[in-house]
Amino acid sequence: MLAFILRRLFQAVLVMLAVGLVAFSLFNYVGDPVNLMLGQDATPEQREELRRDLGLDQPFYIQYARFVGNAVQGEFGLSLRQARPVSTLIKERLPATLELAFCAAALALFLGLVMGVYTALRRRGYFSQVLLTVSLIGVSLPTFLIGILLIYVFAVTLQWLPSYSRGEVTQLGWWSTGLFNKDGLKALILPSITLSLGTMTLIMRLVRSEMLEVLRTDYIKFARARGLSNRAVHFGHALKNTLVPVITIAGLQLGAIIAFAIVTETVFQWPGMGFLFIQSVQAADIPVMAAYLVMIALIFVTINLIVDLLYYLVDPRLRIERSGSAH
Amino acid sequence: MDTLKRFFDGDIWWSFKQSPLTIGASIVALICILGAVLSPLLAPHNPYDLAQISLLNSNLPPSWMKEGVASFPIGTDQQGRDILSTIMYGSRVSLLVAVSAVLMSIVMGVSLGLLSGYVGGRLDSFIMRIADIQLSFPAILVALLLAGVGRQFLPRDQQDSLAIYVIVFSIGLTGWVQYARTVRGSALVEKSKEYVQAARVIGVSKWRIMVKHVLPNVLGPVLVIATLNVATAILTEATLSFLGVGMPPTQPSLGTLINEGQNFLLSGEWWLTFFPGLALVAMVMSVNLVGDWLRDALNPKLR
Repeated sequence: MLAFILRRLFQAVLVMLAVGLVAFSLFNYVGDPVNLMLGQDATPEQREELRRDLGLDQPFYIQYARFVGNAVQGEFGLSLRQARPVSTLIKERLPATLELAFCAAALALFLGLVMGVYTALRRRGYFSQVLLTVSLIGVSLPTFLIGILLIYVFAVTLQWLPSYSRGEVTQLGWWSTGLFNKDGLKALILPSITLSLGTMTLIMRLVRSEMLEVLRTDYIKFARARGLSNRAVHFGHALKNTLVPVITIAGLQLGAIIAFAIVTETVFQWPGMGFLFIQSVQAADIPVMAAYLVMIALIFVTINLIVDLLYYLVDPRLRIERSGSAH
Repeated sequence: MDTLKRFFDGDIWWSFKQSPLTIGASIVALICILGAVLSPLLAPHNPYDLAQISLLNSNLPPSWMKEGVASFPIGTDQQGRDILSTIMYGSRVSLLVAVSAVLMSIVMGVSLGLLSGYVGGRLDSFIMRIADIQLSFPAILVALLLAGVGRQFLPRDQQDSLAIYVIVFSIGLTGWVQYARTVRGSALVEKSKEYVQAARVIGVSKWRIMVKHVLPNVLGPVLVIATLNVATAILTEATLSFLGVGMPPTQPSLGTLINEGQNFLLSGEWWLTFFPGLALVAMVMSVNLVGDWLRDALNPKLR
């Protein structure tokens, strides 16, 4: 167990170092942000002053050492575009992204499970067929088109829901949330649906096929032969074994949700980290981009580590095999 | 002639004829591809020839609506360009990017997979470890970060003209793992077969065996993955362009068109977004269906 965790941790550190290198080389090899900020008609003195202020006049190795040291402490300097600390910017934007991602993940997991179990148990039902067909279309539609479609129907045509921003948010310390008032909740609906749809259909299809497989096994037949009720067989015995692969996929899908959050945030102009990244790309705001790179790599490395561990804990077979081969 | 006859007699053509869905999908795919590739010949207007466009024609709705004009069947954009033509030219860009990216993935993945499987040892575990790590990040995220970060390394005035290379590189670099894993698996099997041993006995060099003997025998599944990958690559490219880190407005792909059209959604010009989106979905879905069919048709276990 310990060796397993250590090996994973080592790999995680290597990945972080590689990403850090990319982030740092951004600082060093990318065109001049001074020109970008001051425009055409700045005097050389102004340029020099700004260059000094931003720390762009120092040699390569000093900037590099400073970068690594600061990155570990979560400091990425000033945003070139907004002239505010990047860490503050990220702190402001992080709650928006996490709130959106978790709402979408919860929605996808819950509805995906329910629909998956339903379509497996009522395999030949009419509604099941409809669900499966719709999910096939859902898979082929790219996230941004789903978002645009929802905006057109619910925001432009019906005018029920807002089409952009978070609406009103409540401030809890540095954490901002839209969950506690009607305006914020309303703004959350369309982006969450957009973001959850892909994962939802995936989980639904996975649960369905796993459930169908489990229902064919001998121990289910035996449970039926013992005269257990349908409910006990389906939810007590079958569902439990269905969940093992679902946990891994759901965990990995959390990563996909965070990745696609960039797209959803841009469509809905949701003030999260993904939208911040896209804005910083367009403005060549290097510190923000570097911070985002490191941040997203950290999130992914952590998720993967947790999923590995969970899998290890949930499936006892894995533990026996590993410890068996170790001796 | 003979090979053609054998093809029409064979299993694959038979299974093609048995599936109306596949026939329909391949017709749609063919229309999309021909319309895209031959757009300079087939498109009713040339939307990028300034002499042909006129601001007087701007923002016309599709021809069946009240203010529509027959010569612009599905309307015009704010610069007076014919939407049908911009879609055809845009599909060409999308397709070009997707196919080039997939080719890059194939070259990279097949050679790394072959090396990994045939040479084995440390090289194998190194390549496969990198593949594992890459797989733990979603492909679209990697492509997005690469494209967003990659363009920063270009001189600012050339970012638009070089954008296509950055995108092909970003999408191509994210796709190699699947090929590498498949090819590695097949190469491991082929390696122990008699023809390889025979070649080694008569003193054929390692590289020659790999390229001349093993490679042709591991390419089968690559075709299926490549077809499905073209669909994914079209979607990835569209997403990147939609986010503004893909093709520039001067050389728009379908994603760029949707991005531009989205700004006019609130003012009611839905056709600017709807038709490019429709073309995108049609193209992706039909290529996907053909790929799925190909996978089943080429799988000997399912026969």
